[in-house]
Amino acid sequence: MLKEINKKILMSGNEAIGEAAVKAGCGFYAGYPITPQNELIAYMARRMKEKNLPFVQAESELAAINMVFGAAVSGIRAMTSSSSPGISLKQEGISYLAGCQLPAVIVNVMRAGPGLGNITSAQSDYFQATRGGGHGDYFTIVLAPWSAQEAAEVTDKAFDLADYYRNPVLVLADAIVGQMMEPVDFSYKNKSQKNIISKCWALNGAKNRPSNIIRSLFLKEGVLEQFNEKLRLKRLKINKNEQRFSTYKAKDAEYLIIAYGSQARIAFEAVDLLRMQNINAGLFRPISLWPYPERGLKSVAKKTKKILVVEQSLGQMVEDARLSLPGETIHFLGKAGGGIPSAAEIVRFFKKIK
Amino acid sequence: MKKNSSVSASLKDVETHYCAGCGHGIIHRLVAQAIDDLGIREQTVGIAPVGCAVIAYDYWNFDVSEAAHGRALAVATGIKRCQPKLTVFTYQGDGDLASIGIAETLHAANRGENLTCFFINNACYGMTGGQMAPTTIIGQKTTTTPWGRDPSAGDGWPLKVSELLSNLKGVGFVARGAVSSPQKVKQVSEYIKIAFTNQIKNKGFSLVEILSPCPTIWRKTPVESVKWIEMVMVQEFPLGIIKNNSIDL
Repeated sequence: MLKEINKKILMSGNEAIGEAAVKAGCGFYAGYPITPQNELIAYMARRMKEKNLPFVQAESELAAINMVFGAAVSGIRAMTSSSSPGISLKQEGISYLAGCQLPAVIVNVMRAGPGLGNITSAQSDYFQATRGGGHGDYFTIVLAPWSAQEAAEVTDKAFDLADYYRNPVLVLADAIVGQMMEPVDFSYKNKSQKNIISKCWALNGAKNRPSNIIRSLFLKEGVLEQFNEKLRLKRLKINKNEQRFSTYKAKDAEYLIIAYGSQARIAFEAVDLLRMQNINAGLFRPISLWPYPERGLKSVAKKTKKILVVEQSLGQMVEDARLSLPGETIHFLGKAGGGIPSAAEIVRFFKKIK
Repeated sequence: MKKNSSVSASLKDVETHYCAGCGHGIIHRLVAQAIDDLGIREQTVGIAPVGCAVIAYDYWNFDVSEAAHGRALAVATGIKRCQPKLTVFTYQGDGDLASIGIAETLHAANRGENLTCFFINNACYGMTGGQMAPTTIIGQKTTTTPWGRDPSAGDGWPLKVSELLSNLKGVGFVARGAVSSPQKVKQVSEYIKIAFTNQIKNKGFSLVEILSPCPTIWRKTPVESVKWIEMVMVQEFPLGIIKNNSIDL
């Protein structure tokens, strides 16, 4: 029995997300089995029960996201998790969450696609994650951890951001981050003071107040347009305030690698290998994929000679890098379907373009 | 015209958008009346469907949430699990509940979710202009069955949701009524009250199916429509209490 974890503990990224969610006050979880996130649903089944909080193994991904919708309607912090094919199914609900301005946390532990694909690590859901994913003009905040520790930290942050902006937040991990076991220290909680936000819009019985309505339907002429304008302003605010990234030896880098998630771990090693060969390499690692940390990238890339984006996909994040640095030549190295560009391959690629 | 002063506290004083002879207005009123009679307006959350009743919240004066098409019982599950003291109900049409949402319906019922579900059966998709629903009667003409629903053409048979769900252990109460005459409206009103009371007493999933006229889509007058319910629909969907287990969960 894990009553309270307050010290450093060895766990998988999936489990770290689960524990972080519980610690962040997640009051409802619904999920559906799919590899490689099964450790998370199992963890939540046990932990929520221990805390006497609702856990539902839903009949489908559709049902799970709509149960989370119901919990969000209640003003309760809620989470669901899945992997790529299941996340496709959840898009309907995510669009409704955005349309109804409801906070929720959705975890995608990405596997390779398209279709059923396979259960190896991939980063092929970048477009889906960062462009809204479902129908309509909306965006979800996307946080991509590169370790079990960071998986816990961004999950904690995800709940705060969801409440603050009344918007769904996606934790976009890949199979490696989800399943790799590492020491996780949950003392980060003490460092940040969580925002307590009153949810006066929640449905909890119209007692001593007018009745509340949760809706995304606006039939009257012009009203939906006004609402979308409100979403646009929210998007601008998030873009201004929530860009997150980290760097490694980027200050004097002439050769910059851009990578996120588990691929950034490999790029990290490539930076050291290149430095050993007297090539001034550095790493830029986006943590928020939407909003894309374009301001950070612009400042880091000022003095670089060559830029390389490395992904476990056929080239998705590279488009945001190109949008952030117009006019720059940005090289790309990527594999999809379970292929993972190695540190040696990154080094070889750099030598070729150098 | 003099206003009916007995309009319930759970109803808003607004104009209706429903067609002449539509059953939704009556059923909205019955649900509101039951909530007032039970004194639960301030502890109730309703879920509006996708269909003609999508803006049910414009008529009801208590907390109401939208749900995606067919997902009302999943949304209701989330609300009820988080707030078990509230009375949570869904109000869904035949396309919403029996077609696109059949998985959510079946599994919410099978989990024995302590919820109340009002299932409005008008044997067609009303809002989208009258396509075949799972409950469309054999031979009934719709825009997608222009020669009438024909099982030999692959259209299938009318889906009997109430009978189907009554076989599940988690289901406490199932009844089918119709709003086709004053007596039958009164009967529906009783079923609605039982279905709410069951939830308040934690007796598991309750379903009330209500046969409801749709004159516009049926291409009938309001009077012809209620006659069609009584002559044709009830043959396929017999009225009465189908299950009243009142199980203790």
